[in-house]
Amino acid sequence: MKIKVVVTLKNGVLDPQGKAIQQTLNGMGFPEIESVRQGKYFDLEINEKDEAKAKSKAEEMCRKLLANLVIEDFKIL
Amino acid sequence: MKSSVIIFPGSNCDRDMDVALKKFGFQNKMVWHNDDNLPESDLIVLPGGFSYGDYLRCGSIAGKSKIISSVINFAKSGGLVLGICNGFQILTETGLLPGVLQQNKNIEFICKNVFIKINNKENKYFKNIEKEVLELHIAHNEGNYFCSSDELKKLEDNNQIAVSYCNKDGNCDDNVNPNGAIRNIAGILNDKKNILGMMPHPERMIDKYLSGEDGSLFFKNLLNNLKK
Repeated sequence: MKIKVVVTLKNGVLDPQGKAIQQTLNGMGFPEIESVRQGKYFDLEINEKDEAKAKSKAEEMCRKLLANLVIEDFKIL
Repeated sequence: MKSSVIIFPGSNCDRDMDVALKKFGFQNKMVWHNDDNLPESDLIVLPGGFSYGDYLRCGSIAGKSKIISSVINFAKSGGLVLGICNGFQILTETGLLPGVLQQNKNIEFICKNVFIKINNKENKYFKNIEKEVLELHIAHNEGNYFCSSDELKKLEDNNQIAVSYCNKDGNCDDNVNPNGAIRNIAGILNDKKNILGMMPHPERMIDKYLSGEDGSLFFKNLLNNLKK
């Protein structure tokens, strides 16, 4: 089954790319944008029919490789 | 003294490191990342470069490669492991050193000479080194060292901040911080002081005419300390 994972920087961790994107959007005529935080998105195709098991595998993958828990959080969608 | 340099796909400072180690008297071997075992070594070096094209996060894929479990065992048994630039990033990704190297604050690849202050000489890398400040080269996009405030306190309490960015007189402040690293950190040691990770490249500063020789000082000193 397909599992979607989103990895984002933790609150408080500097995100220079997000900041640059925000400033560019502001300059393009979107003054209402107050903050942009950039993240990563993963589509995992897991050979497992049980959704709970697949999600728990995905969580293990996030902890071991996909996210660096010093600065990043992950969400399994 | 025997050293080994690990080569990952995308390493590009591995041969410079080999030249530097041999120049100062190490018997160096190059080791492929897919090997199972390390040759007998007094020093393991994880070189600079762009292992696996910096995919996912710098050093994250190399940090799971086959040889790394041997490197971790070697380090945990007290062996000397030196990570330069991408090697430092790999050391943080394996958990051998705390924290993480984030993208430079100004979102620019930085390639220039910097001065670093040696904060701790009670280790094999810097014991008896003649200078307090070294001029070395940096070349990185992700050198912005970050860790939690608890971890930073541990680093400071245990004197693990090996080297910090400074001016030529050894003063550290924001003006001489090239990448936004917390507390101007350029390199750290583990708590036992046998693992050193740093962003500057000593292997690029070993020629009197081309670069200056503060890197030579580093390697000569390290070799002398290992012989004792």
